Amino acid sequence: MADATRPLPNAREPDTGAFWEATKNHELRYQRCNDCEAVIFFPRRHCTSCLGQNLEWQASKGEGTLYTYSVVRQSYHPFFKARAPYAVAWIDLDEGPRILSNLVGIEDPTRDLTIGQRLRVEWEDHEHLAIPLFRPI
Amino acid sequence: MSENGRSVKSGQTRDAAIVGIHEFPSRDVEGQLSPLQIKAECAARALEDAGLSLGDVDAIYDAGEAGGMAGLGISEYLGIRPNVIDTTMVGGSSYEFHAAHAKRAIAAGKAKVALLSYGSTAHSNAFAIGVGGHGGGGGMPGPADNMERFCGMTLVSNYAMVAHRHMHEYGTTSEQLAEISVATRLHAMRNPEAVQAMRALEFMDIRETTIQDVVSSRMIADPLHLLECCMISDGGGAVVIASPEVARDCATPPVWILGGGEATKYPENGGDITTSAAAQSGPVAFAEAGVSPDEIDIAMIYDSFSITVLTLLEDLGFCKKGEGGSWVEGGRLRFDRPSDGPALNTDGGGLSSNHPGMRGIFLLIEAARQLRGQSCSQVEGASLAVAHGNGGMLGSRHCAGTVILGRD
Repeated sequence: MADATRPLPNAREPDTGAFWEATKNHELRYQRCNDCEAVIFFPRRHCTSCLGQNLEWQASKGEGTLYTYSVVRQSYHPFFKARAPYAVAWIDLDEGPRILSNLVGIEDPTRDLTIGQRLRVEWEDHEHLAIPLFRPI
Repeated sequence: MSENGRSVKSGQTRDAAIVGIHEFPSRDVEGQLSPLQIKAECAARALEDAGLSLGDVDAIYDAGEAGGMAGLGISEYLGIRPNVIDTTMVGGSSYEFHAAHAKRAIAAGKAKVALLSYGSTAHSNAFAIGVGGHGGGGGMPGPADNMERFCGMTLVSNYAMVAHRHMHEYGTTSEQLAEISVATRLHAMRNPEAVQAMRALEFMDIRETTIQDVVSSRMIADPLHLLECCMISDGGGAVVIASPEVARDCATPPVWILGGGEATKYPENGGDITTSAAAQSGPVAFAEAGVSPDEIDIAMIYDSFSITVLTLLEDLGFCKKGEGGSWVEGGRLRFDRPSDGPALNTDGGGLSSNHPGMRGIFLLIEAARQLRGQSCSQVEGASLAVAHGNGGMLGSRHCAGTVILGRD
């Protein structure tokens, strides 16, 4: 079924394209402001603390904690419908960014997840980019 | 003292009042009506309710949900040329923003009679906003959506993530969240239009529910069950807001807009998902109205899901953050428990009466019914109400509009 693929990001989106570009090399990036040291995520052209544009890309180690999650039992999207039940989660990376992703490598997501547990990124490769997913450590 | 004879608190202004209301009675138009047609019919009935006519309307408030250029399409369709055109579109909270903005425009002398209208055929269109629909990025293309769309976050799971964190931090239980569904269904069963709505939308078991019913209903996105999710209906409504001079000669008792507040909320690194934009909009609205949450008789709170109400009750100050679960226990939100605090969503809410996608206008309408003494689940002597709209998504990005309403 042609539709049964994950909806992929646009690697040319003006603010977040460089994030997705780096995923080809399995690099999980975020930005830090050189002027005020604020962590910026999702990526954009300016600092959300001082509005400056003196930002620098940083590589995350890809580890973090589970802030919250839900297990989706019902979806109308063909790709996700076939994968239900699956976990969607907000993950706090150790460097500060909070990222939305899916959790993988869990036998029963309705039972085997705990808020606060440690997670590590793992990559799902696609032709032009890779999707960061997270697995319990 | 106000000229209407009831003492007005210091600083409280009575610049504008809701004088006309109408809620479209059907929740399934079977594809036979358009959103614009629903808006126009509701506008006519609300003006009739007020004892006003189309020619009196000099301000239009329109979220643009019926298509075309917001504000313009509805003006041409109705055949009016208003002096004030406000096209604020903040999802389901649009109508609370509109009411507060209308009060300002009327107080500034820019208008005398404002018309708010809403029409939707979400059910007829089988528009997937509900239990299986997707909500990455709040539906807005752009950088946030580009970071979130890939992971299949449905609308329900967006809210469910707030519930999970609330449970984790404060020990809130599914049984406590179910109190909201149970109280709302009780009110719906007393409202013939809500009962008809549930029939039209083919609800399987149309009766009062118990906490056990709710927590044993099908899980949609952990930890939210089917009976914690709103319906997807067709529907619409209209509200007419007038200056004190106009209101004096209207056919209905005025329902004064005493205060308003608005705010935004979005994901932040290290932020608290259990606190919504209501924590910012609520205090502003209560301060302008010069009243406190413990004086409120009627809480019309956007019930997209059970967790929405619990979060908003806390953020509006009815109880402390994290204490919402125990606060709602024991049927506290029922209309027949006025000594325990406000009655919740006495029309049956979005959970059991009317949710065509943007429910905010019905919050104003039922609050006005209560303050006029016309609700199906009337709280005797109700004199103060809060209408709080949440537009967008509770677990990621949303707007909040709080309006405080009072009668003479």
